[in-house]
Amino acid sequence: MEAVKVHLRNPSRTVEHPGPVSIVALLQRLDLNRESVLVIRGGTLVPGDALLDDEDEVEIRPVISGGAT
Amino acid sequence: MKCRVCRGPAVIDIRRHNANFCADHFLRLCRDQVTKAIEEFSMFEPGDRILVAVSGGKDSLALWDLLRELGYEADGLYVGLGIGAYSDRSGEAVRAFAHQRGWPLRTVDLREDHGYDIPTAAHVTRRAPCSACGLSKRHLFDQAAIDGGYDALATGHNVDDEAAVLFGNTLRWETEYLARQLPVLPARHGFPRKVKPLVRLGEREMAAYCVLRGIDYIVEECPMAAGNKHLGYKEALNEIEERSPGSKHAFYFGFLARAADRFRDAAPDAPEESGLGLCVRCGSPSTNEICAFCHLVERTAGAEHAEHAEHAEPVQLTVKAARS
Repeated sequence: MEAVKVHLRNPSRTVEHPGPVSIVALLQRLDLNRESVLVIRGGTLVPGDALLDDEDEVEIRPVISGGAT
Repeated sequence: MKCRVCRGPAVIDIRRHNANFCADHFLRLCRDQVTKAIEEFSMFEPGDRILVAVSGGKDSLALWDLLRELGYEADGLYVGLGIGAYSDRSGEAVRAFAHQRGWPLRTVDLREDHGYDIPTAAHVTRRAPCSACGLSKRHLFDQAAIDGGYDALATGHNVDDEAAVLFGNTLRWETEYLARQLPVLPARHGFPRKVKPLVRLGEREMAAYCVLRGIDYIVEECPMAAGNKHLGYKEALNEIEERSPGSKHAFYFGFLARAADRFRDAAPDAPEESGLGLCVRCGSPSTNEICAFCHLVERTAGAEHAEHAEHAEPVQLTVKAARS
């Protein structure tokens, strides 16, 4: 079955989600805070209102880093 | 989504500005915000020599790139922390970044130059690794900036970092730390001038900047930072930011505008007031006969090398969305 492939990190894993789905909806369903991640497709950023189709493949990249210096 | 400036297709939304931007105008926004921070806080002047502390992560590499883009004479400084494969990959990323651009990079290696690494220091001191790491980096950054004759030491702290530190310091009313939590610390008593040109930008913006500029940074988090307080504060603040965009910026800049002055007396400035002298080993400013860094070098000398838990599950950095 076709689905949007979503690559996640920490830990590294891939999940599939049925398309079409907007970025905002996808993040909500994955229980992710929009402030904490970027969505990347083909080496560039995907805006929050973009719709992902079944053949799409995206990376959800965390942006929080933690050195307390 | 359309770019606020040119109405072309946007690639990023910045909710605290209630605006979307295309790639070109987002990059311009980043440059403008850094310029504004440098001018607003009188960080440095054109012609000054800047030393940028670079870790291989998004913030420091973006900072180096931005300062160079803006025409500043900025060199890099990388400290090898000896945290297994993570440090190996970080060092490679920094060296490749500098080499590709032909920019001067200074390097210090804790193990080779000072006989210890962070996992060993954490093991010997029985304290959180971030404690030994922060102590080591502060000392080596300061020393490199002074020895190299730089006008300022720049670090990649962004508004998320500053808001999280402010949150922690406020929770405990650490008045001396609050007195020093400023975007600029002037050179004093053997310490270099320290500046934070990214304070007007968030870490999501810095990651976006790197993606759009093709900067190959280390995405993975330090394996030894897992579960530290700082990450917890960031998660808490991002929960608030999700519900109320702009909260982090308002928290930190409100502190600078309306509260920071009230803590000024909590941090003595004169050497005789703070008890500051010089370390008998390295000559750095210190409140003790031997500074904390030289003390750490002494304690770790001959200690068995400790491995960090490379196999451990990496820290989960993303946080749950705020419930509506």
